[in-house]
Parts: sequence; structure tokens; C-alpha cells
Amino acid sequence: MSTETKTTQHTHPDPVARTTRRWTRSGGRPRPTGNFELFSWYFFRISGILLLFFALIHLLIMHLLNNVDVIDYNFIVQRWASPLWRTFDIMLLVLALTHGLNGARVLIYDYVHSRGWRTFAVTTLYVVGILFIVLGAQVILTFQPQIQSVAK
Amino acid sequence: MYRGQSGMWLWILHRLTGVGILGFLFLHIADTYLVGFGADYYNELLFLYKNPPFRVLEWVLVGAVLYHGFNGIRLILMDFWDKAVDHHKTLVQITVVAFFVVWLPAGFFMLKPVFFK
Repeated sequence: MSTETKTTQHTHPDPVARTTRRWTRSGGRPRPTGNFELFSWYFFRISGILLLFFALIHLLIMHLLNNVDVIDYNFIVQRWASPLWRTFDIMLLVLALTHGLNGARVLIYDYVHSRGWRTFAVTTLYVVGILFIVLGAQVILTFQPQIQSVAK
Repeated sequence: MYRGQSGMWLWILHRLTGVGILGFLFLHIADTYLVGFGADYYNELLFLYKNPPFRVLEWVLVGAVLYHGFNGIRLILMDFWDKAVDHHKTLVQITVVAFFVVWLPAGFFMLKPVFFK
């Protein structure tokens, strides 16, 4: 099956040229080698697909069907009364931040060339990133409504 | 540094929207954290998001997420589907059209209560 289709473009005889053409056209990062970078490459794509679900549902519910005219403390109380929405929000938090931090890491490696600044930037990114994951997870998991506020 | 052909602008936008979304994410986690302090703190802060300039920015944010997501689908197709390279231009067109088809009506419904009330 492979020899007859050689005339079509995607079966360019030179596999390197074929791959290069694909990456330059897609604007995606070429699949890297090495353990961590390869893991990071796959993680982008897997978390990205999951985020299509979580982020778009979140946008639909919180920005289109509802909006900041409706959303307030009591809205959150009702939403987080369900463990399902808390799980949903935890998934969104962790996926979005790890996906975004991974992206910021790639940008730092692309644009910060001095070794000292690069180490500084990546370290700052990880510290701030982990802090925000922890803070976000804390409020989603430990939130308890204040009774007097609900009654208002 | 990547110097591609038509994919280049999509690539630049992908990075810009990615950084923008990450930036907003930090802000959004910080404001949600205030929920833990009680109704007064949280409801006080919401005035920020309620004024019209912010509502427009909210729509821009939705656009950033939509673009990043749709272009992401295109990237994944290019990565794993061998023949996608041949349909490169069609995929770009679908991405751009799909983005506007969702983003513009979303803007109508998001901004209608702000400006026509």
C-alpha cells in the first residue's frame, strides 16, 4: 500500500523533509526526544484535550449561561454544595495550571538565554505555580459556607 | 525560534493567548480564594468584574480560550494524523471560521445584558 501512494504529498520519500514540513506548517513544537521533554510534549496534548472539555464547560456555565450579574457568594455556596462541582473545579484548576506552567516553562527556555536568569525564572515559575495550585485547591476543598451570609 | 509559513501567525497567537490565559488564571485563583474569607470580602471584590470595560475583557478572554483550544485541536491533528499536512490550508480555514462562529455569537449573548438593558 505504501509504494503506490508515493505520488501524494504526505508520503514524501524523504521522511525528514516530510516531518520538517509538517512542523513548520502546524506551528506546533516538534516531538522532542529525551524523557522529560517527551513527557511534557505528550502532557500538553493530553491535558489540552481534557481542558477542551473542562474549560469550555466552565466558560459556558459561568460566562454565558450565568454571568457576573448573577454570580456572587451565594452562587458559589450552592455550586460547591455538590461534591461533583468541587471535583470539576479541582480538575480544571490542576489541569489548567499545569498546562499553563508547562507552556510558560517552554517560553522561558525559548526566550531567556542567560543561564542565571533562566534558572531564576523557572524557579520563580515553579514556586508561584505550586503556591497557586495549593491555594486554589485549599479553597475548593475546605470551603464551608457562613450561615449568616446565606440567610441574607 | 520558529520561522514557519502560514502557521507562524497562528503560532504567535497561540503563545500570546496562552500567556494571557495563564495570567488571568493567577488573578482568578486569587479572587476565588477570597470566597474562603466570607461573603463580604468576596462580594465586595466582584465590583471589579462587573463594570463594562471588564465585561468586554471577559469576552476577549473567552476568545483567547476558544482560539487556543481550536488551534490546539489543529496542532494535535497535525501531530498525529499523517495526512493532515496535505490539508493544512483547509484545517487553518476551519480553525479560523470555527473560532468566529463561536466567538461572535458568544459576544452577543455576553455583552447584550451589559449594553442593552
